[in-house]
Amino acid sequence: MANDRAPATPGAVYEDGPVRAFALAAVLWGVVGMTVGVLIAAQLAWPDLNLGIPWLSYGRLRPLHTNAVIFAFGGCTLMATSYHVVQRTGQARLFAPALAWFHFWCWQLVIVAAAITLPLGITRGKEYAELEWPIGILITIAWVAYAIVFFGTIGRRKVRHIYVANWFFGAFILAVALLHLVNGAVIPVTLWKSYSAYAGVQDAMVQWWYGHNAVGFFLTAGFLGMMYYYIPKQAERPVYSYRLSIVHFWALIFTYMWAGPHHLHYTALPDWAQSVGMIFSLVLLAPSWGGMINGVMTLSGAWHKLRDDPILKFLIVALSFYGMSTFEGPMMSIKTVNALSHYTDWTVGHVHSGALGWVGLISMGSLYHLIPRMFGRTQMYSKSAIELHFWIATLGIVLYIAAMWIAGVMQGLMWRAVNPDGTLVYTFVESVKATWPFYVIRLVGGLLYLSGMLVMAWNVIKTVQVGQSQRVRIPNVLAHA
Amino acid sequence: MDILYLLIPFSVVLVLLIVAVFGWAVNNGQLDGFEHEAERILLDEDQGA
Repeated sequence: MANDRAPATPGAVYEDGPVRAFALAAVLWGVVGMTVGVLIAAQLAWPDLNLGIPWLSYGRLRPLHTNAVIFAFGGCTLMATSYHVVQRTGQARLFAPALAWFHFWCWQLVIVAAAITLPLGITRGKEYAELEWPIGILITIAWVAYAIVFFGTIGRRKVRHIYVANWFFGAFILAVALLHLVNGAVIPVTLWKSYSAYAGVQDAMVQWWYGHNAVGFFLTAGFLGMMYYYIPKQAERPVYSYRLSIVHFWALIFTYMWAGPHHLHYTALPDWAQSVGMIFSLVLLAPSWGGMINGVMTLSGAWHKLRDDPILKFLIVALSFYGMSTFEGPMMSIKTVNALSHYTDWTVGHVHSGALGWVGLISMGSLYHLIPRMFGRTQMYSKSAIELHFWIATLGIVLYIAAMWIAGVMQGLMWRAVNPDGTLVYTFVESVKATWPFYVIRLVGGLLYLSGMLVMAWNVIKTVQVGQSQRVRIPNVLAHA
Repeated sequence: MDILYLLIPFSVVLVLLIVAVFGWAVNNGQLDGFEHEAERILLDEDQGA
C-alpha cells in the first residue's frame, strides 16, 4: 500500500471558506429557529403571547419556525458538511469556489427573505413550501450553484471510488431540485401572490409527494451522508459494513418516492392511492433500519468510546432516534393507526422525534467534529460544555415527545368517543383543555433543547476565538491497496 | 386524479434514471473491491499547508 507522500503542488489546498461560513451560519440559524419554536410553543399554552400583533401570531410564526430550522439550520449544516466531505473523500479542491460563495450568500438571502415575508403573512400556504414565487426562483438559483459545485468537485476527485456519503448528498441535491420544481409550479398574479398550477386534490397530492420526499431527501438522505462520514471519523473506525451502506443507499432511493399519500389518508385522494402510500411507507422500514444498525454497529468492539466522548453520544443517540422515528412513521402510515393519530399532536411528537432527535443531534454532533477542524484545532473549546449540551438536549427531547405522544393519543381517543345514542362524548374544546398541561411540558422540553443550542453557540464562539482558520493541504492520493 | 398521469410517469422515468446511474456505478467499477474504501477516509488526516 503506497502511503508515501511526494511534495504537494503549491496551492493544492482545500477550499474551506464556504464550509466555515455555512457551519457558523448553521449555529446562528439554529438558535434563531429554535427560539421561534419555543415562542410558538408558549403561544399554544398561553395564546395571549401573540400580544395582539399580527406579525407575532401563531399562524405566521409557525412556518417561520419550520423554515428556519429545516432550511436554515438543517440546510446550512447539510451544505457545510457536504462541501467538507466531498473534498476530503475525493481529495480534491472545491470546484468553482467563487460559485460556492455565491451559493452561500444566495442561500442566506433566501433565509432573510423568508424571515421578512412569513411574518408579513406572505405565503403560498403549502406546508414546507410556503415561500412565494420570487423567493422560489432564488432558491432555484442557489440550488443550481450548489449542484454545479458539488458535482463538479465529484468530477475532479482524485480518488476513483466515490465514498458512500457523497451518494447520499448527491441524491439529496438532485431529488430536492426535482421536488422544488414540480411543487413550485405556480401562476403569479402579483409580485407577492401566486396560485398553484394544480387544483384541489391534485394539488394536495403534489404537495405531499413533495412534502414527504422533502422529509426523505432533505431531512434523511443528506443527514445519512453526514452519518456515514462523521461517525467513522469520530469513532476512528470504518463503518461496520461498507457493503450494507451501499445496499442502504440504493434500497432507500429506489423505494422512497411514493410514501407521500400517507399524509392524505381518509381524504378525497382515491383509496387505492392511499393504500399504495401506506405500503411504500411500510417497505421503508427495512432500508432505514439497515442503515441505523450499520451506523450503531460501527462502534462494536469500541463501546467504551461512547462513555468518554460526548460527540459520539450525539451521533449515536441521533441514530437511535432515527430508528425510533423510522419505526413510528411506517406504523402511523397504517390506515387504522392513522385513523387515531391523524390531526392530533401525536404527529407533532413524531416529527420532533425525527427533527430534534435525528436531524438535530446528528447535525450538532457533526458540527462539533467539523468546526474545531475548520479553525486549526482538533477539539472544541470546552468538552464539558458538549457533554452538558448532550444531556439537556436529550432530556428536552424526551419531555417533548412523551408529552406529545400522550396528548396525541388522548386527543384521538376523545375525538372518536361516541355515546350509545351516537352523539360525541366530548366537545372539541374539552380536548383542547385536556391538552393544556402537555403543551406546558412540551414548552419545557423545547426550552431545554434551546438552552442546549445556546451552550453550543457559546462553545463555538469560544472555539473560533482561540482557533484560527488554516489552509489545509490536500494529501497526495493514497493509492489503491 | 389526472395528476397521477404526471406523477406516475415521472416516477417511472426517475426509477429508470436511478437504474441507469446504478448501471454506471457497476460498470465504472464503483462496486468492485470496495472493502478498503471504508478505511480510506480515516487515513486522510488534515495537515497544515
